[in-house]
Amino acid sequence: MATADVVVIGGGLHGCSAALHLARAGASVVVLEKDHVARHASGVNAGGVRRLGRDFAEVPLSVASLELWNRIEELVDDPCGFERVGQVKVAEDEAALQSMRERSETLRRSGFTHEEVIGRDELREWLPAVAPHCVGGVVCRDDGAALPFRTTLAFRRKAESLGVRFHEGICAQAFERSGGAWRVWSPHGTFEGGALVNAAGAWAGEIARQLGEPVPMAATALMLMITAPVAPFVKPVVGVQGRPLSFKQYANGTIMIGGGQRGRADLATNRTSLDYARLAFNARTAADLFPRLRHAQIVRAWAGIEGMMPDGIPVIGPSCTQERAWHAFGFSAHGFQLGPIVGSIIADLVTRGATGLPITPFSIARFTPGAA
Amino acid sequence: MFRRPREDARALVRFTFDGAPLEAREGDSVAAALLAAGVTACRTTPVSGAPRTPYCMMGVCFDCLVVVDGVGNRQACLVPVRDGMAVESQRGKRELGA
Amino acid sequence: MSPGLRDEYDVAVIGAGPAGLAAASLCARAKLSTVLFDEQAAPGGQIYRGITQSPLADRSILGADYWAGEKIAREFFASGVQYVPRATVWSVTAEREIGVSTGGGSRLLQAKHVIIATGALERPFPIPGWTLPGVMTAGAAQTLLKSSGIVPDGRTVLAGSGPLLWLLAWQLLNAGATLDAILDTTSRESRARARTHLPSFLISPYLLKGLKLLRSVRKRVRVVSDVTQLEAKGDARVQSVAYATAAQGAPVGMPVDNLLLHQGVVPNVNLALSIGIEHRWDEEQLCFVPVLSPSGATSVPGIYIAGDGGGIAGAQAAAWRGVMSASDIVRAVNPEAARRAAKAARTTLEHFARGRKFLDAYYRPAPQFRVPAGDTLACRCEEVTARQVIETVALGCPGPNQMKSFLRCGMGPCQGRLCGLTVTELIARERGVSPQEVGYYRLRPPVKPITVAELAELPKDDAAVKAVVRI
Repeated sequence: MATADVVVIGGGLHGCSAALHLARAGASVVVLEKDHVARHASGVNAGGVRRLGRDFAEVPLSVASLELWNRIEELVDDPCGFERVGQVKVAEDEAALQSMRERSETLRRSGFTHEEVIGRDELREWLPAVAPHCVGGVVCRDDGAALPFRTTLAFRRKAESLGVRFHEGICAQAFERSGGAWRVWSPHGTFEGGALVNAAGAWAGEIARQLGEPVPMAATALMLMITAPVAPFVKPVVGVQGRPLSFKQYANGTIMIGGGQRGRADLATNRTSLDYARLAFNARTAADLFPRLRHAQIVRAWAGIEGMMPDGIPVIGPSCTQERAWHAFGFSAHGFQLGPIVGSIIADLVTRGATGLPITPFSIARFTPGAA
Repeated sequence: MFRRPREDARALVRFTFDGAPLEAREGDSVAAALLAAGVTACRTTPVSGAPRTPYCMMGVCFDCLVVVDGVGNRQACLVPVRDGMAVESQRGKRELGA
Repeated sequence: MSPGLRDEYDVAVIGAGPAGLAAASLCARAKLSTVLFDEQAAPGGQIYRGITQSPLADRSILGADYWAGEKIAREFFASGVQYVPRATVWSVTAEREIGVSTGGGSRLLQAKHVIIATGALERPFPIPGWTLPGVMTAGAAQTLLKSSGIVPDGRTVLAGSGPLLWLLAWQLLNAGATLDAILDTTSRESRARARTHLPSFLISPYLLKGLKLLRSVRKRVRVVSDVTQLEAKGDARVQSVAYATAAQGAPVGMPVDNLLLHQGVVPNVNLALSIGIEHRWDEEQLCFVPVLSPSGATSVPGIYIAGDGGGIAGAQAAAWRGVMSASDIVRAVNPEAARRAAKAARTTLEHFARGRKFLDAYYRPAPQFRVPAGDTLACRCEEVTARQVIETVALGCPGPNQMKSFLRCGMGPCQGRLCGLTVTELIARERGVSPQEVGYYRLRPPVKPITVAELAELPKDDAAVKAVVRI
């Protein structure tokens, strides 16, 4: 039986990040991954490194995470493909621009100045090819994008270099706490640890249920597509107010287009299927914003399996039913940028029992009627 | 380097390649027409700018990408040549029409 | 946009080669609503390319086997199939929803049964310089001859192994081309190992035809046997080919204007894999093949694979495999016709199966031509070298999909068609495991590129508007 201070369930970015930060804090860590590291949402998302547009509860975490992104090579010995090209959210009409102004003002009152509202002309400095009807937008200059699979792998390798042991093809199926330790059972072996971290992504809901704290998480397949290389015409990552869109052109000229459209996910088989009528929605949005994109060719579409929470924010923090168990899941299609900081938060919680960042809104207790 | 048969009963087709006038036969694909006319490279790659010509002639290699009447990324081996067609080589990463 | 397309069909057939044509004909004759999509402007697939419009008046150039395709095409046109040429099927779901691009526009439609008959493509032949202008596949040269009557001019060399190489040589010679040499890469080891299958080859339909062809070609062309190394050299185009033989280790060069490469054909797996159809590595044919029932039923209900896409068995077998799949479908409406068709197909298929094991073993491509080294390009589209693939394995990438974060190998427009097998075998060799364990690229639709505009113009779906997720 393998033993460690901490058993982490899930080899996605959040599992790898937690493992790395725990190892840095001196803990011995084992990560159990049922497929291979970065197999699911962590490896195939749009890679947005984004503070822009976050739920207010996430903003402090996101701002702190960007500081880690700015030193990512120091942290994991790999630049992770992080490009600080900025993120721009486009307003297609005055009403959209007005709501951006109001939000920016609310953030400023709380001391956050990263969202800057821009008008017509400045929008075209950022996005020369944007459609004529767009009236302005909001920009986060120091946001950008990175390569998700590469990033997750970098966290894994750094963690391994600090002694973390990764077990792939190991599906943790049962959890028992006895004698002050956790026993995690899988068809290929049992693992024991003092502490348990549930970072199992779309499968984390099942673990939460087994721990006695079920959550209303939906497993979803979120679709993305990518084009053949075209001559460069867009630098920042682009979104739009009121319609989901994530749009990024890479240095090699290819353009990734996505934005919140669901395909179908099968948790048992890892299979996802695409819904073209819905993908068409993203294509229309992208073409509305950048008319010249109509001639670009889509060469591939795919979907990653993600866990979605009904209120759109993750579950981060201690278990409400079990000792020495913590959760980091349900990132609802925007967990990538938070990866570096959430691992640090989990490490603080496990080793010191507290974190300096405000995580109360993310408590699993919010789904338990009448819980503390 | 290719040559046409001595007798070809098919109608003559006139098209241009990078502005230069060329002849082909009705029923030729653009790729066949270019090869028969002695064109050495129909595109340069977006990665290194290396010259490429049609390789498989069956639509799987994508080495025959050309611009046909202003529309890029067309597989020349799948496009029948037509009278008056303007074909251009595709250089590197294509520009998208406005 | 094809105005006459319905929203639903009983049967959708993809590919107008012998398998597709035969399958569609049988379904249509049984009064099932049948549509056939094909990328080319005319039917025939690759083996019967140009069968309805070849400019070659002299039938002896291509030979009787080729013109046998005429009958299949005639029956197809008479059967009542809705034939949609110049149509690219870019997606098929497991629920048999088909995304097809035709006339510059895309649409979705539904089929109760799907028969995938997209056939085979040439096995990649990654030698140094294989991307130079002037280097093409034997199949490409054959298509130029069939569809346009065009023959190679100047110094022309064929290199590789397999029956198609000899067939092409024979056809080109008949058409008046001059061939400077055939560089035969068939290895001594393969020839020796094939002997165990010789008895069945001797009673097979391939023996006499094959020998006759070989003899005819060898009389007219210089053949270099046991070629163990090949390199295409040149700057803006190929100027010479260097080769070494088992007997003579040091490479010699010969000037060349056209270098035609061929080392067998392999199933075109992209559409089938993108649907999630189960495949397995076949160690005899050295490729991934779908797991099929005798009638071509795949692991996905309602979807069949007919013809060489199901494993290489040749053109004549292809038509009968189309009949096998179709008879499965037709059984529900006309059990007697289905039974008769299947019986005839089974008998004929047994006949054409004889001798295939011998051909597979005899012409087994040698490892050095399947697994490149050093700066030889493994991935043509993204210009990724063999060395780069090997280095990425050393970084911890166990398979072709994990590689995609570091290299763009397989992410180009051909979607792995010309590098998939090479990369899988490169990784397998490097890791010391089987190709089955390494696996293949995880393929997703669209299996051929479609424009943003085409996708954007798919019919609007109200449910899609509501199903949006806040990001």
